[in-house]
Amino acid sequence: MKRWLNPRSALGITLITAALVALPFVVAMGGQAWVRIVNFAILYIFLALGLNIVVGFAGLLDLGYIAFYAVGAYTWALLASPHFGLHWPIWAILPIGAGLACVAGVLLGSPTLKLRGDYLAIVTLGFGEIVRIFMNNLNAPVNITNGPQGITLIDPVAFGAFKFSGNSQIFGFTISGPQKYYFLLVALAVIVVIINLRLQNSRIGRAWQAIREDEIAAKAVGINTRNIKLLAFAMGASFGGVAGGIFAAMQGFVSPESFSLIESVMILAMVVLGGMGHIPGVILGAVLLTFLPEVLRYGVGPLQMAVFGKMLVDPESLRMLVFGLALVLVMRFKPAGLWPSPERKRELTGGA
Amino acid sequence: MDIFLQQIINGLVQGSIYALVALGYTMVYGIMGLINFAHGEVVMIGTLVTITVAGSLIKVGMPVALAGLAGLTASVLVCMALGWGLERIAYRPLRNAPRLTPLITAIGMSIILQNVAMIVWGRNYLTFPHLLPKIDFEIAGANFTAIQLLIVLVSGMTMAGLAFLVYRTKLGMAMRATAQNPQVAGLMGVNSNRVISAAFVIGSALAALAGVMVGTYYEIAHYQMGFMLGLKAFTAAVLGGIGNLAGAMAGGILLGIIEALGAGYIGDLTGGFLGSHYQDIFAFVVLIVVLMFRPSGLFGEKTGDRA
Amino acid sequence: MGALLEARAVAKHFGGVKALRDVSLSIREGEIYGLIGPNGAGKTTFFNCLTGLYVPDGGGFEFSGAPLQANAPHQAAERGIARTFQNIRLFANMTALENVMVGRHVRTRAGVLGAMLQTRATREEEAAIRQRAEALLHYVRIEDKADDLAKNLSYGDQRRLEIARALATEPRLLCLDEPAAGMNATETEELRELIEGIRKDGTTILLIEHDVKLVMGLCDRVAVLDYGALVIEDVPAVVQKDQRVIEAYLGA
Repeated sequence: MKRWLNPRSALGITLITAALVALPFVVAMGGQAWVRIVNFAILYIFLALGLNIVVGFAGLLDLGYIAFYAVGAYTWALLASPHFGLHWPIWAILPIGAGLACVAGVLLGSPTLKLRGDYLAIVTLGFGEIVRIFMNNLNAPVNITNGPQGITLIDPVAFGAFKFSGNSQIFGFTISGPQKYYFLLVALAVIVVIINLRLQNSRIGRAWQAIREDEIAAKAVGINTRNIKLLAFAMGASFGGVAGGIFAAMQGFVSPESFSLIESVMILAMVVLGGMGHIPGVILGAVLLTFLPEVLRYGVGPLQMAVFGKMLVDPESLRMLVFGLALVLVMRFKPAGLWPSPERKRELTGGA
Repeated sequence: MDIFLQQIINGLVQGSIYALVALGYTMVYGIMGLINFAHGEVVMIGTLVTITVAGSLIKVGMPVALAGLAGLTASVLVCMALGWGLERIAYRPLRNAPRLTPLITAIGMSIILQNVAMIVWGRNYLTFPHLLPKIDFEIAGANFTAIQLLIVLVSGMTMAGLAFLVYRTKLGMAMRATAQNPQVAGLMGVNSNRVISAAFVIGSALAALAGVMVGTYYEIAHYQMGFMLGLKAFTAAVLGGIGNLAGAMAGGILLGIIEALGAGYIGDLTGGFLGSHYQDIFAFVVLIVVLMFRPSGLFGEKTGDRA
Repeated sequence: MGALLEARAVAKHFGGVKALRDVSLSIREGEIYGLIGPNGAGKTTFFNCLTGLYVPDGGGFEFSGAPLQANAPHQAAERGIARTFQNIRLFANMTALENVMVGRHVRTRAGVLGAMLQTRATREEEAAIRQRAEALLHYVRIEDKADDLAKNLSYGDQRRLEIARALATEPRLLCLDEPAAGMNATETEELRELIEGIRKDGTTILLIEHDVKLVMGLCDRVAVLDYGALVIEDVPAVVQKDQRVIEAYLGA
């Protein structure tokens, strides 16, 4: 066993912790809106690392990941809002959401995981769309999802009487709702990073890598490839479910619009652009792709006004354009991602 | 019974359009094993170009029929150039990459095309100019229009033309040879770059034609219209056995009919629980079921994984 | 000693080509059993049926007294059948040590939960896996290459690594598909020693090999396949003199 608490890494961990604690208070100087953006970045890190298990570790291209996020979000929304008049506590809803997402993952995965990569991508995409279509339409004849209007007034995360919405006083400090969520999200993200790390260097993680490398040889050494792939799929789905629940609680509102295909593509892009299977790379990808639209919104809009005197291109379509270009260019010039793991880089640039 | 017949007619029309688009997927997949995700966007560009060209020609007083023809020609040319450029710029450099790389590139190109279209044509729905007079026919209680008749006839003729091209010309032989075995075809003197370019260009021309049909049929267009259409056409290609031209045609028409019948009867089947707005689900269910139970498609040969 | 493996009328065809025609043979516990025949005789097809990669069209296998399930490669490994591949299939971007550690998969149990919580049982098992893998690398004498990527090993070392990975599954029957292909005389001799050592340590061996000299010198019994059919199954001395075998090899 390596002891990692030598003085240098201890200093590093202290500095990172201090920075993470200070961050929400520093960005709050620019307004709570920025804290919310940071929160979304962390939520996306969480989601991207969940998908990383499926795509990065097991090598399964999942284009319907957002469906599991949606299952988690709607589970929370239905069990903790006035829509059905239910207000269940977090320790009940979050596991239910994760469990339902996991079941959905197994249901989708068990018949389809034998398909080869690009077919699997299309089937999962189709599944994501099916889930969204149901959410859009399950408001009649029995109103389950409230259709395109979505569900509002969703309960925030709460532990007993301590609510994560609104301001609280802690040690004489005033801490805002988004700042509280920030700490919750950081805690979750740290957990998912640790889980990713531990899985990667485990018996199961090696089996995933073996399947990615050579599925026939993996079978020949006794790996039940179908089950091991299904395991990755189910785990990714459960993480999606948890993230969805937190999303619903944080926003207080869900509607099918939040779960469109482009969101799936966006999360996949975080994993792929950052560096499949490489945890720091995936984090980088998530952060970049969350902040890019904000930069474009605050930077390019005013810039156009200043230079041309009017808005030529609206920032939203510019953002998507840049995003599409980034996908194409990275695949062309850095197919292993911006910050690949050393071994994945060899894998993807070494041909075959 | 007349509802049944009516839905069959509707399905046939919609299915002819799917079939034209599916041919583009199937040709490219058959020859290079790539799912050209951006193919649906080519259809969308085809529709929007026609709107601009035909619309503005009508506005300056050109006869409708002539303007429509000019619009069609322009859209076919633009789409052919687009298809050629797509392959040249985005896919060709990735010819030997692992297969997920071009797939992600294709998704990226699809996003780029959608947003370029949005910048050029705007966010709103556009009306397609009336190119054909409205004439209704009636058979056994089911109605159909001249437009519907024309769509079925033109796609039928186009597909016959394509079949001739593929099975009776030198280019077609080169395409089939490359699909069988690119290396050997290369050794026999087939220029695989030209064959692949040809597949993209021909597929895009068919997509443009399909785009004009969609526009005339539904009379509206939108920068996001290509995506769902593309996905369904891909499903049609898989249903017929991807890589198989006749299969793509049959798959397209079959999918159109399944959708139309499904939408017509789903209310009765589920006791009113699910309504016709679930129409889009059928394509995906068909896709999943086919890939699960008969991944080589209804008319495909059983082939191993080429990867 | 009793039969470890019984093949009963195993048949396999690809379209019209009959790759295996009702092949029946029996391998005894503890022997080195050679399977030879000209190119395309069906040797590798037999391997693939045995290890579950192909489903036979007729017949089946019985392994240590119980039938083998067709089309379940991972179960074949679990029952104790391990194999190497004619064209070497290693996990190219994993290190030599990791390749062997993957081989321990079927004999270990740690699941996702154990890995996430890093329970004591998981940590102990992980240490045992590593230790066993290191020992196996030592056994095939490539312990100094433990941290090299499999694809960077020399050809001979890749063959050894593939054997180590197969041994990691604790097989009762080790199937080697042309292990000496492409090896020079010294390497072949070292391989012969290795195979004999493995047998001495209690593993039965099924060997496909082109090098007739190696097979005749090493095997206790030899079976000859030609056009998918079993020609003869006997001790090397008899097989070598059999007229049908000579004809098959000369292509008469």
